[in-house]
Amino acid sequence: MSTLRALAQAQAVAAGVAQPVATVRHLHLSERPLVLVPLAMAGEANAPLAAMVGAAPDEARLLVVPQPRNRNQRFAFAAELAAILLPYLDSFRGVSEAVPVDRGRDVRYRYVDAPQVLVPNPAGVTFLRLFGRSTRFRRPDGEYPVHPSVPLLGCWLTFFAERAEHPGSAALVAMTEALTLHWATGQSAVEDLHLPALLGWIDPPPGSTGAEAAARAEDPQVCPPAGPATDPDFDNRRLAPAMTAYAEAEDDPVARAGAYAQLERLLRDQLTPTWELMWRGVGLLRGLPPGARVAGRWDGDKDAFTGYAEHLDDGGGPQPRRDGAVAAAVRLHRLERALASYAVQRAYDDPLVMAEHRLTGEAFVGDVTLADPKRVDDTGKRPVLRPRIQVVTTEPVVVPVGATLYSPARPGQKAKVVFLTPGADGKTEVVLELSGGMGRGLTAPPGSVPEVGERLCFTTLSDAFMPAGNFPASEETPWTHGGPPATSGPAPDSGDGDPAEEWT
Amino acid sequence: MTDTAQRLAEIRGGVPPRRHNARTIAALTGNPGCTRRAVLDSAGVDKPKLAERIGFPARFGQSRFAITRGNAFEAQVKADGGAELLRLVAERLGVPVPAGATWTDLGGAEDLPDRHERSRAALTGGGDEPALFDHPLLGLDVAGRRVHLEPDLVAARLGGRFHVVEIKSFPVIDGQADPAKVSAAAIQSAVYVLALRELLAAAGHDPGLVSHEVVLVCPRDFANQPVASLLDVRKQLLVLRRQLDRMARIDDLLADVPAGFTADLTADPATLTAALTGVPARYAPECLAACELAYFCRHEARGHTTVLGRPVREALGGLADIREVLALADGVRAPDPEQAEAAALLRAAARLRADALAGNAA
Repeated sequence: MSTLRALAQAQAVAAGVAQPVATVRHLHLSERPLVLVPLAMAGEANAPLAAMVGAAPDEARLLVVPQPRNRNQRFAFAAELAAILLPYLDSFRGVSEAVPVDRGRDVRYRYVDAPQVLVPNPAGVTFLRLFGRSTRFRRPDGEYPVHPSVPLLGCWLTFFAERAEHPGSAALVAMTEALTLHWATGQSAVEDLHLPALLGWIDPPPGSTGAEAAARAEDPQVCPPAGPATDPDFDNRRLAPAMTAYAEAEDDPVARAGAYAQLERLLRDQLTPTWELMWRGVGLLRGLPPGARVAGRWDGDKDAFTGYAEHLDDGGGPQPRRDGAVAAAVRLHRLERALASYAVQRAYDDPLVMAEHRLTGEAFVGDVTLADPKRVDDTGKRPVLRPRIQVVTTEPVVVPVGATLYSPARPGQKAKVVFLTPGADGKTEVVLELSGGMGRGLTAPPGSVPEVGERLCFTTLSDAFMPAGNFPASEETPWTHGGPPATSGPAPDSGDGDPAEEWT
Repeated sequence: MTDTAQRLAEIRGGVPPRRHNARTIAALTGNPGCTRRAVLDSAGVDKPKLAERIGFPARFGQSRFAITRGNAFEAQVKADGGAELLRLVAERLGVPVPAGATWTDLGGAEDLPDRHERSRAALTGGGDEPALFDHPLLGLDVAGRRVHLEPDLVAARLGGRFHVVEIKSFPVIDGQADPAKVSAAAIQSAVYVLALRELLAAAGHDPGLVSHEVVLVCPRDFANQPVASLLDVRKQLLVLRRQLDRMARIDDLLADVPAGFTADLTADPATLTAALTGVPARYAPECLAACELAYFCRHEARGHTTVLGRPVREALGGLADIREVLALADGVRAPDPEQAEAAALLRAAARLRADALAGNAA
């Protein structure tokens, strides 16, 4: 928790409305995101109860499982969801773009856009991850066959859930997280997980404060929970009788249709408010201009989407239940790099995020008062261009002499701290020696060296490329990590037992 | 009746104390610094009713679907005289699966002293042949009062040691379960371990015969096949003991409670609200998930940094009052000497925030 964000929360309490903690949007928003609001049956292991899904506010489709304990109905739900999700994914596989690789010596192709799934909250992400886990090992043949689209759905849901762990990815986004990335409310992080209350703070209805709107949103009678968990009172008083009526009408087609319609009505009423809030959230986020590096991160999502689509086209199998030692280490390394780079990129894109680093002394802003753009260092084997500038700042400078700094205005350029002179008036004079980003000659091209009068931010954060670590091949897993995995293990068990099995 | 018991009875009003169970005792460890909670829980006040009476009803409903599923899974695991359960527990503990074990159901409708005596006799009766005891009636001293626990649990005696076996219906998928549910199960089991140890100690046995390793039985993956896991509850035992000790010293707490303090449900809501205000609470957002009175305490704490959560409060230099935070940040109020550091940070933060929002920064 940064003091800057905490202060914004205190200001939100005083103002009665959420306060911005970002000046730009830090995630990509698709033109047609697929909004998915799942509901789960209480007490069951991730059994779907209903879902509202669609790629536009007026395209809501309601899926209902009248008896969530019945496994056949669960997989029928999976097939229905697949019939919506898979065509949505395919709609992004039309056009490819060439991307230079290997320093421009070669090209590869990736789709020009990628799918984006939005769910209300982190619990929604967990629901999709587990639903992917429960469907991706199913088989269209054998003892308990499912529709061929079910295991494919499972693979894709798992793909999205894994992307959701990747810092900076926007392939699967929890709306509460997207909103709290940009606004600070006057309530705690626990309460921010409740989408209706969060939106109450960010966008209270006219005439009421954020606190009042959030308090109203906490009453499940007024505002149903945003799922996947349902309101216990709703379960006991309305859902349970409706399910019983459906089960009892088994032999009477007319009564059964009526009972089904009643269930649909109940669940639609529970889901519609959240559906509308999701699109309101989308609208609020669209109101912010995207950060400069958002498109670059979305390229990463496009790469991942293209790669996984090709993996499935080539007959690739489902993701394993657990990563092997090498795969786990590689994944962790990838996530750590993504996390570091995401934090730096947000600071570079957004002065309000950079302000957090200025407060902790990792960055400062100052005015260029002197510049020697022609300075050449000829003490080495050959002369090199090493301009120097002097920056005067009123902010505390905690970096030592010799440290390398970067400026978001010229991210390719390094600035080494040469002298630090604290002045009597609380100002600090910083002399920086520049290298990089100025061409190959001994004369800096215009604009590549900061000029006197420029106001610049310098920071220790670097957005430079971080080389990937080296890991052994899976067959060479060291014995300390369990040794090479067995090649002929037992076939992955779906873990789903008997699909016909039912609770009594 | 002791003075303390008399005082607690007065606080409660003319009703019998609300019965504790492992869940409510476990909940006591949630916010040990809260005097209001310690006093109300020690007195056995019906907090859900109290919260409703003062206009801040708690929302702790349980879905009947969850209850049905829990009961069905428990019945399935305990079926056939616990044969399947015995195998699961023995395999998890790494001991040979015994050919058979006695199954003693200590449940029943008869009166408590008799049941308690039966449980005591069965569990402390010695012998080290494999045995499973279902529905034992255990007791713990909570705030000077004997509380009976009727767990839906099995105490397994294998290799001469007792293990608490807790059956829960949340799934363990690929070896992982919901961490919040696991930690709730661990603290509840710790209550039983503690009660079981006290029972053995009272009968002159070594309390160490009750293992700190609890066997948690849950459905595996998405099916109904049970799977057993071990939970080490040593940490939970420490926390629990500390809070029970604190409640045992309820006299110290009561000394600071105003003389006329009442939580009598028949009293006027305004009287109750005024009385509650006289006993300090320590609200934190985590209370919302654990304490029935949380909505009231949150309302009372509005305007304070605690409602924003502990990390926010710390990031604001530990200052309590939001108005004071803003006054210091805006520089309209001179800080006290001990606030100087926090105030400087807040002023810098406010300046940077204003700069960035105005679009001035580089």
